[in-house]
Amino acid sequence: MNTFQRTQVKGLFDTPIELPSLIDEIPLGVVVLDIKRRVVLINRAFETLTGFSIEDAQEIPCYHIMRSRLCVQKCPLKKMDSNSKSVLVESDLINKERELIPVLINLSPIKDTEGNLTGFLETVEDLRPLKEVDGKSHQAYSYRHLIGKSPEMTRIFQTLPLLAQSDSAILITGETGTGKDMLAEAVHQASYRAKGPFVKVNCGALPETLLESELFGHRKGAFTGAVEDKPGRFRLAHNGTLYLTEIGDLPLPLQVKLLTFLDDKVVFPLGSTKGFQADVRVIAATHRNLNLMVKERKFREDLMFRLNVVRLHLPPLRERGDDIRLILDHFINVFAERFRKNIKGLSKKSLKVLMDYPFPGNVRELRNIIEYAVNICPKGQIQFTHLPAYLSETKHDYELSKSQTRETYEWSTSFATSEGERSDHKTWASLEREMIIEALLKNKGRRNKAADMLGWGRSTLWRKMKQYKIDAG
Amino acid sequence: MEQRILIPLYFDQVAPRFDLATEVSIVSIAKDGGILETKTVVLPRASAEQLCHLVLLEKIGVVVCGGIEDEYYQYLKWKKVNVLDSVIGSYKDVVKRLESKTLQAGDVIR
Repeated sequence: MNTFQRTQVKGLFDTPIELPSLIDEIPLGVVVLDIKRRVVLINRAFETLTGFSIEDAQEIPCYHIMRSRLCVQKCPLKKMDSNSKSVLVESDLINKERELIPVLINLSPIKDTEGNLTGFLETVEDLRPLKEVDGKSHQAYSYRHLIGKSPEMTRIFQTLPLLAQSDSAILITGETGTGKDMLAEAVHQASYRAKGPFVKVNCGALPETLLESELFGHRKGAFTGAVEDKPGRFRLAHNGTLYLTEIGDLPLPLQVKLLTFLDDKVVFPLGSTKGFQADVRVIAATHRNLNLMVKERKFREDLMFRLNVVRLHLPPLRERGDDIRLILDHFINVFAERFRKNIKGLSKKSLKVLMDYPFPGNVRELRNIIEYAVNICPKGQIQFTHLPAYLSETKHDYELSKSQTRETYEWSTSFATSEGERSDHKTWASLEREMIIEALLKNKGRRNKAADMLGWGRSTLWRKMKQYKIDAG
Repeated sequence: MEQRILIPLYFDQVAPRFDLATEVSIVSIAKDGGILETKTVVLPRASAEQLCHLVLLEKIGVVVCGGIEDEYYQYLKWKKVNVLDSVIGSYKDVVKRLESKTLQAGDVIR
């Protein structure tokens, strides 16, 4: 029988402490391996997860104890040396209870004081609780924090888990307030990188020089004021996701650097000749028309194509139909609970005003309106007077914002719909034809009422129907 | 009566996972403990279902393996196959223990 030697750690405190007592309290499974990948030490969480005790496991090749798919198929430790960075991999293992457990494994080298490889450290996280939450979070017209039941949103919810599993770059487009940040975070949370960092950088928030150092980091002394090494956001996002919001505002020189990274996956901090191999998934978002920016030479075409591997377009709220009501009710419940108020929905008039409102600020604006209304409304139904006053005055503002955002929308949908039916150049004739069909549909085929609705005489409607070959049966 | 034993392999060791093994050894042991025959079967791909099928096809009485999912463990038990799982050790050491009829589930042979 092998007797397990308890390792002591000296120098941390006044008196030596036992290493197992230190690592036993870590809630993740921890395995320390020697250079030949044999088990040196495991902690209590790992014993619980796998069912193997330290007495069983010591000096045994790790694949016998870990029993993960990774061990048999492609063990990353075989290629790991002292210069290697940590590796995060999702896999599964079979424990002594014969359960197949999804796990997230982090593998990193252990170096001695001279930088020589002496062993490996593995941490193992049980993903079962996370997978259960995953299953629940997709229910009832929602995906994590995104809510919707319109066909566009349903399509996004359906494709999102598949996209999350790949490592492809994603470009998210949509007007302001449509939920681009939330979508990016949902992709990260649904991917195997979920336990890694999610780092967000607003490309429009910092001047060029600061942004470069912020993104790629710098070495001590690289420029005046660089008093110490800075890792940079790319490095901080290692094994996770880097979310670049407002990518359209990224200065041209940095676009080149980002392009180089997307090709080589190596980050060169300012003032450093030594690169860092960063395992980062890039998600970018913009409300701008990148196509137009490419034409104006404000955005590099090659960068756009590299980011545009997967395009997700979030439709504006005014085009999401029943979703407005769904989101309205959701926010009323959220804020009523938060402010501890007994709010029983909206009055007919306030509901009509909100349903007719175009929401240029999209879901963000809707949320703010409801937050305001719930604050103002003492109890019962939210009346028209409880809504912000600007709601009745904003027609002109909306027209203005609509024209500003129209370009982005058209650009996005022209990519999003393969048929190209919804793309830019609609003729007046096709629009008029659509108007007639819409009016006829709304009036259940009654031409008199449809003509009234269009502001035409019955004969004009008849003539135009003939012209456009519309048969109302 | 001879006993037929199936051991999934990972190089010269007992495979850590039944479902991921692509090579198995089938050993026939006589009643007195002597080895009558050994043969190695290479599978086209790793599959627990195919392995279970092979167990039945080859009229195996005992399976010696590392980790096995409960579903396949219960299936083999139902088919009256004795499964000695969570066995750690080299193929040679395991066969020696089988010859001396001292191998048990959960044995770690260093």
